[in-house]
Amino acid sequence: MNVPENLKYTEDHEWVKVDGDELIIGITDYAQGELGDVVFVETPFEGDTFEKGESAGTIEAVKTVADVLMPISGTVTAINDALEDTPELLNKDAFGEGWIMKIRPESMESVNHLLDAETYQRLIS
Amino acid sequence: MHNNIPSNQDIQREMLHAAGYANFDELADKLIPKSFRLREKLDLNDAMSEWEHKRDIAERDKLSSSNSTHISFLGGGSYDHFVPHVVDVLISRSEFYTAYTPYQAEVSQGTLQAMYEYQSMICELTGMDLANSSMYDGASALAEACLLAVRHTRKNKIAISKSVNPTYREVAYTYARYLDVEFVELDLEGLHTDFNALSDVLDESFAAVVIQTPNFYGELEDVSNVKSIIKGSTQLIAVVNPMSLSLVKSPGEMGADIAVGEGQSLGNHISFGGPYIGFFAVKKPLIRKIPGRIAGETVDADGNRAFVMVLRTREQDIRREKATSNICTNQGLNALAACVYMASMGKNGLKRIAELNIQKAHYLADEINALKGWDVKSQQFFNEFTVECPIPADDVVSKCLDAGFFAGISLRKFGLNENQLLVAVTEKRTRQDMDAFVALLKTI
Repeated sequence: MNVPENLKYTEDHEWVKVDGDELIIGITDYAQGELGDVVFVETPFEGDTFEKGESAGTIEAVKTVADVLMPISGTVTAINDALEDTPELLNKDAFGEGWIMKIRPESMESVNHLLDAETYQRLIS
Repeated sequence: MHNNIPSNQDIQREMLHAAGYANFDELADKLIPKSFRLREKLDLNDAMSEWEHKRDIAERDKLSSSNSTHISFLGGGSYDHFVPHVVDVLISRSEFYTAYTPYQAEVSQGTLQAMYEYQSMICELTGMDLANSSMYDGASALAEACLLAVRHTRKNKIAISKSVNPTYREVAYTYARYLDVEFVELDLEGLHTDFNALSDVLDESFAAVVIQTPNFYGELEDVSNVKSIIKGSTQLIAVVNPMSLSLVKSPGEMGADIAVGEGQSLGNHISFGGPYIGFFAVKKPLIRKIPGRIAGETVDADGNRAFVMVLRTREQDIRREKATSNICTNQGLNALAACVYMASMGKNGLKRIAELNIQKAHYLADEINALKGWDVKSQQFFNEFTVECPIPADDVVSKCLDAGFFAGISLRKFGLNENQLLVAVTEKRTRQDMDAFVALLKTI
């Protein structure tokens, strides 16, 4: 299972990448495999603010639906617009083109509390 | 019958005890508000044996077969079209009517294929890009179309013509009652939407404009008019009669973003007002936001053509409080009836039926208009028109009823002039029916 070393992870199978003073958020390769073919991604709006653990969006697969949970409290600064027409990017490239949103975290320090690749790998194996 | 009821008094007592109630009345008192509680016993006959019951039904059958059927000019949303025998034969097959909704969808390839074909034919008829596998009825399809426009545009105002079926409007308002949606009703000019008034109120804050054609009063509205008035992202919702679409411009051609309507005309009996079937079709930009379920075509592991159900995860049973719409499943059997009807009629058949409707309706309108004191108000109509009667329409209706005719719908209860009557004519009405009707009106 592909679990890039340079990312942080949550127990809800999301990944977080530090990008300057912002964070890029997506779901893991493991998560997309469990969901199956993604048919729709409901994203939040830029400027929306969410607490850690709140649902910021929804991922619809053929047989099930999952929330996009905020890994860290913060404000949405960008949305992956490509998902509107090609939600299958989540399946094809979960750690790359399938990113979901960018946020400005309330505190960058919280990132340290997320799981590292090794711990996440253990969680899913 | 009692041996067919699985719970006996002991079991009931045990359940009540577990729930903390001494008897059933106590439970009912707790759950049902006082004002709704029925205290007296229901006035029912004694229970019958199966044999007595059969004999009783046979007696009643004799009675009902002596009923004479009226000649109907009723419309207003449901129409007395001919339903070919093949429709009822096919939808009565147990493979279809018992498994009315496939929960393990892909096992039911036949049902999925029928839905896929239904969707394809609705798309062709409406000139839209994608249709779902149906809604509950025309009214709920309109309500869902309004909610879709609100979601898509992120705006909350909807301009809706007063010529849209009043019952559809009511359903839409009910759906939106606890949502942040504001409806603005557009006045009429005669029996048409006043498009000048529309361009006065319309600005970019509107999620949608709703126009029905033919409208509730039978008039064809030029929906392409609206397209030229609309600005920005405002969606155009067209409520259409599928029967008319073989002859008039389709909503797709008129620039509609969402096309909805009542599909009863397509192979479904009037019954007692339902169950009916709403159709729902959209243009490409709305494809991923459409409510309801869609049957799609794909290939299986061996590369054979196969059908799948997509997007059903947004239905209420799965999304629960996050569902974007109220629909779960679809009107499977009714959609199947529409599918069989359209397939058996074919392109030419549908066109022929539409021609018969329009010709007969115009024949009757001309005949009525020639009567002294009767004035047909409609100018451009399909199979339904509004007549100004010399006396209140309610009186016309009751007099015709006694003489064996359903004359139409009195428009008094829809806030119009009490002398106005809405008359519908389908291919089933013969020239003799219509001449007899006109002869009767002459005496009124």
